[in-house]
Amino acid sequence: MHHLITYLADAPWITFNTGAFSDQFWASTFDGLTYGSIYALVAMGYTLVYGVLQLINFAHSEVFIVGVYATVFALNAMGFGPSPVYPPMVVLIIDLLVAMVAAMIASGLTALILERVAYRPLRKRNAPRLVFLITAIGASFTIQYLIFVWRGGSNAEPATIMFVPDPVFEVFSTIIDSQQLTIFIAAIVLMVVTDQFINRTKFGRGIRAVAQDPDTATLMGVNKERVIMLTFVIGGVLAGAAALFYLMKVPQGASFNGGFVLGIKAFAAAVLGGIGNIRGALLGGLLLGVVSNYGVTLLGNSSWTDVVAFVVLVVVLMVRPTGLLGESLGKARV
Amino acid sequence: MSKARLTRALALVAAASFALSACAANSDNGSGNGGNNGSTKVDIPVVTNLPVSPNAAKPAGDGKGKCSGVSLAYAGAKSGANAQLGINILNGVKLAIQEHNQANKDCQVKLKEFDTEGDPGKAPGVVTQLLSESDIIGMVGLPFSGESKATGGAIDKANLVHITPSATNPDLTKNGWTTFYRALGNDSVQGPAAAKFITGKLQAKVICVIQDDSDYGIGLANAANQALGAAAQGCQDKVTTGQKDFSATTAKVINAKADAVFYAGYYAEGAPLDQQLVTKGFKGTFIGPDGVKDDQFIKQAGSASANAFFTCPCVPGELIPDFAKAYEGVSGGTAPGTYSLEGYDAATILLKGIDSGIKDRAALRDFVKSYDGDGFSKHFKWNPDGELAQSTVYGYKVQDGKIQYVGTIS
Amino acid sequence: MTSDEIIDLVEMVVLVAVLVAVGKLFQRSKASGRLGEWWNSKSRVEQWAWLVPLIAVVVLIPVINPPFLTTEPGTNFPITMFNCALYALVALGLNVVVGQAGLLDLGYVGFFAVGAYVAALFTSPDSQLSKIPYLWTLPLAMVVTMFFGVVLGTPTLRLRGDYLAIVTLGFGEIVRLLATLMPPLKGNVGFQDVGHPPGTKADGGALFANTNGTPWYMLTIGIILIVLLLVGNLERSRVGRAWVAIREDEDAAEMMGVPVFKFKLWAFAIGAAIGGLSGSLFAGQVSFVNNQKFDVPTSVLFLAAVVLGGSGNKVGVLLGGFVIAYIPFRFTALASYKYLIFGVALVVLMIFRPQGLLGARQRLLARGRQAYQRLIGRPEQLSSDSSLVAEKAGDSA
Repeated sequence: MHHLITYLADAPWITFNTGAFSDQFWASTFDGLTYGSIYALVAMGYTLVYGVLQLINFAHSEVFIVGVYATVFALNAMGFGPSPVYPPMVVLIIDLLVAMVAAMIASGLTALILERVAYRPLRKRNAPRLVFLITAIGASFTIQYLIFVWRGGSNAEPATIMFVPDPVFEVFSTIIDSQQLTIFIAAIVLMVVTDQFINRTKFGRGIRAVAQDPDTATLMGVNKERVIMLTFVIGGVLAGAAALFYLMKVPQGASFNGGFVLGIKAFAAAVLGGIGNIRGALLGGLLLGVVSNYGVTLLGNSSWTDVVAFVVLVVVLMVRPTGLLGESLGKARV
Repeated sequence: MSKARLTRALALVAAASFALSACAANSDNGSGNGGNNGSTKVDIPVVTNLPVSPNAAKPAGDGKGKCSGVSLAYAGAKSGANAQLGINILNGVKLAIQEHNQANKDCQVKLKEFDTEGDPGKAPGVVTQLLSESDIIGMVGLPFSGESKATGGAIDKANLVHITPSATNPDLTKNGWTTFYRALGNDSVQGPAAAKFITGKLQAKVICVIQDDSDYGIGLANAANQALGAAAQGCQDKVTTGQKDFSATTAKVINAKADAVFYAGYYAEGAPLDQQLVTKGFKGTFIGPDGVKDDQFIKQAGSASANAFFTCPCVPGELIPDFAKAYEGVSGGTAPGTYSLEGYDAATILLKGIDSGIKDRAALRDFVKSYDGDGFSKHFKWNPDGELAQSTVYGYKVQDGKIQYVGTIS
Repeated sequence: MTSDEIIDLVEMVVLVAVLVAVGKLFQRSKASGRLGEWWNSKSRVEQWAWLVPLIAVVVLIPVINPPFLTTEPGTNFPITMFNCALYALVALGLNVVVGQAGLLDLGYVGFFAVGAYVAALFTSPDSQLSKIPYLWTLPLAMVVTMFFGVVLGTPTLRLRGDYLAIVTLGFGEIVRLLATLMPPLKGNVGFQDVGHPPGTKADGGALFANTNGTPWYMLTIGIILIVLLLVGNLERSRVGRAWVAIREDEDAAEMMGVPVFKFKLWAFAIGAAIGGLSGSLFAGQVSFVNNQKFDVPTSVLFLAAVVLGGSGNKVGVLLGGFVIAYIPFRFTALASYKYLIFGVALVVLMIFRPQGLLGARQRLLARGRQAYQRLIGRPEQLSSDSSLVAEKAGDSA
């Protein structure tokens, strides 16, 4: 035993590259924020559904990956492909918006179907939580391997390049490019809009009411089933938007199991911020993006992002299972 | 906020943020901030004809073969993630057997196919089954080094001769097996050949060697590094199977101002790596081994793949018109792929043995051991270990969105 | 679809239908409960008298090689049977965690991997550690994985059930990623020539070669029987009752004075140990270990085995493990759809038959059989609803 530990520990398999870390500190911060805003968008889906149903929608990562495929097909139909094209600015904006709407529709529909086919029958039966989770895993597998069979194997879709990032301005002598800026701003705006939607509109009030107390909400005339559907759809739509940004960042991102790791990270982000808490999802996403990017720079291999994300998840759950901003969608200020 | 207003607001902000990106996109493709040595693009012309030995053995033989109740086997991936390579080989084998059986009415050899999914965990069960069928007296396979390693001992015990058309790990012939024959050069031939190609014909001065985490990638990178010496000393990196984001690696390459990147691994990671390199402003050439030489590479890397060259111990079967045409008849219209011709040649050798009257495994093994003759891909004569006495490495490049042959490089 | 695929699909449906029908025979329902009732009326000794010949048949299956069941000429039948037995063992271990204690563990493959790496590190010539005989790695793997189980369980078992699921999922991935990233674990390259038990065949070859499935199968069946005995005794003891109590209602159990955390940790650690044991068996038979086999889909297959067989029912999960491993080997034309089939099966099962092929038996009395016979003059009436059926007693399926 002792022998085993020395063997594994003695080898210099983990080296802290502090030089690179301090050199690239700001670069990895900004890139981390970009990834983080994508995590945050996906995390919203987990948080919303969890807030209303106390269900970890394990299949949300597949809702996301369906959006990625929709983006790829929409963009390919509009002439984008593995080689950059340079349409006029207005055309590009319209194209990207169309692709985003396509992804939002695809992801929203997937989430809706998932709710109707897999979860509603269980709700009718008052099934325990474990059953929901196992069903979610089954649904996630089903969607993944439907894509696998449909695309004839595990090859990723060809790269889809939307535009070539160009430097926009410089902060702390680090270049911020147009891609980072687009993703960050668009994602934050989407999340602020969602937050306002939940807080200010009648539908939002319904969601909050059901999250707080489903039975009382029903008595007060809230249509619970409709609220649940709406929650799934909003989560799906945000995942669809995230899909476009993800593809912007990772042009070969459309592969049948490509959603899985991102889904786990987004879930970790949701827990980190306090699951059920929308602003928590935003904070958690950004934080996780930055921290795991630091991990990469410090440890020098991008496979470490996943390890860092998982370790963050475990540590947060151990130290503060309610997350940074505290749980729950219904309560307090959301 | 009403639903309509919400939608409008959404569209507005999204549009505003996209405007940023579009500004950038419009302002010309001038993101060349990754300075490299102003690399002089070397043009190596495409070669469109392949000299084939006039004595190359044909599966048909003289049409006078006599045999009955003997079978040959193919064992390798037919499904799973690595299926394409296996199918390329299988179609070559199928074609050889079809041509043989058409010409030799008195010798109808049956082909038995076994699917290992290229998985070293699955192969033993499949091969055990294959070995227990006594009518099988020779085998083409197994395509991958891992599965060959896992089953070679058992095959040796059963005396079944097998010719691998694609397993290139050098250690495979060092196990003392008497039944293992390799129809192509191994990685310790390909690595140095690639190095010579990069520094010679491609005139690269600063080279980055990137390896994946497979046995194959590590072995190739070591062989290439030894041959490259100082030229690649300053720039080495490792990636892992399944990786998609190569920003750390691309930063390294750009900082090193490399003229060339040699990627020892497979196309699944090679394609996004090349694409990300080019996007980040890499202007040099990208060189990959046989694991990267695949149409999927071009599909996934897009126009970035225009900077790519490949080294491969495989012969461009598509340049032999008769073979290519016949192959398409078997494969349902697809052109010969990597290792199709090697599979065809390997099956031809075994068929020649059967036509000479051999009925059992031991005799066919001895036949292959002493075989000395031309095939379509090369001259076949093995040393006692099962390595070819001489082997060639071929060069390829991407041009006009296709993989094209540029001549031998060793 | 090709004709091969259709034939395989039809045969698979027939197989599953037969299994469901057999499962029904053992159910409680009035029409078809005869077999279950008959079985429960027997004493333990009588039950064993029936079981021994059955076990003999099971042990000899690879030698018999029955015509419809055989997986030849695709894969050697004894090797298929070893894989089935291995999955059965895995399912048995995971059942302690999921079925008996009600803890959803999605990272079970992590323990399996740790077991496999223990075997590889201590027997493969590719490892620089000093070598020990292969059979010693089996208990060692159990100890090491038990240790991992306690280390992982101590902080996380206090969490809610669904959080636990995600943390274990993370654990499984961390194990795989560390195997990739830590050079001593040799990533994708892996360890060749992992050891095997001693013994030679008549022709001088190793008895436990990776091409010789029968001895591996019999070894695994032997281990399954031992584990079944141990787990069965635990189930009937105070520990087992505590697990059922925790599974059914954790809060109530806590109120009644059950040390919930302690027993959860026990279940987790015992499950982990069995996972490690099966991992080292896997490493021995395949004789090659690298980082490619321990991914989340495999973990979900393990879970599918438990759920399919009947979470909480030992015999059921053994059957589930067998079926899950067997289907891809037997119905080769469907091999590329295997995960799709299992994914759909999970959803359908959870919606229509959450108790699986054979449901859990909620036997809370250690000597229930005799007690029932004496009290009401007829065999015990067992509920076959597992904890997965419904939360409220009123509306069970």
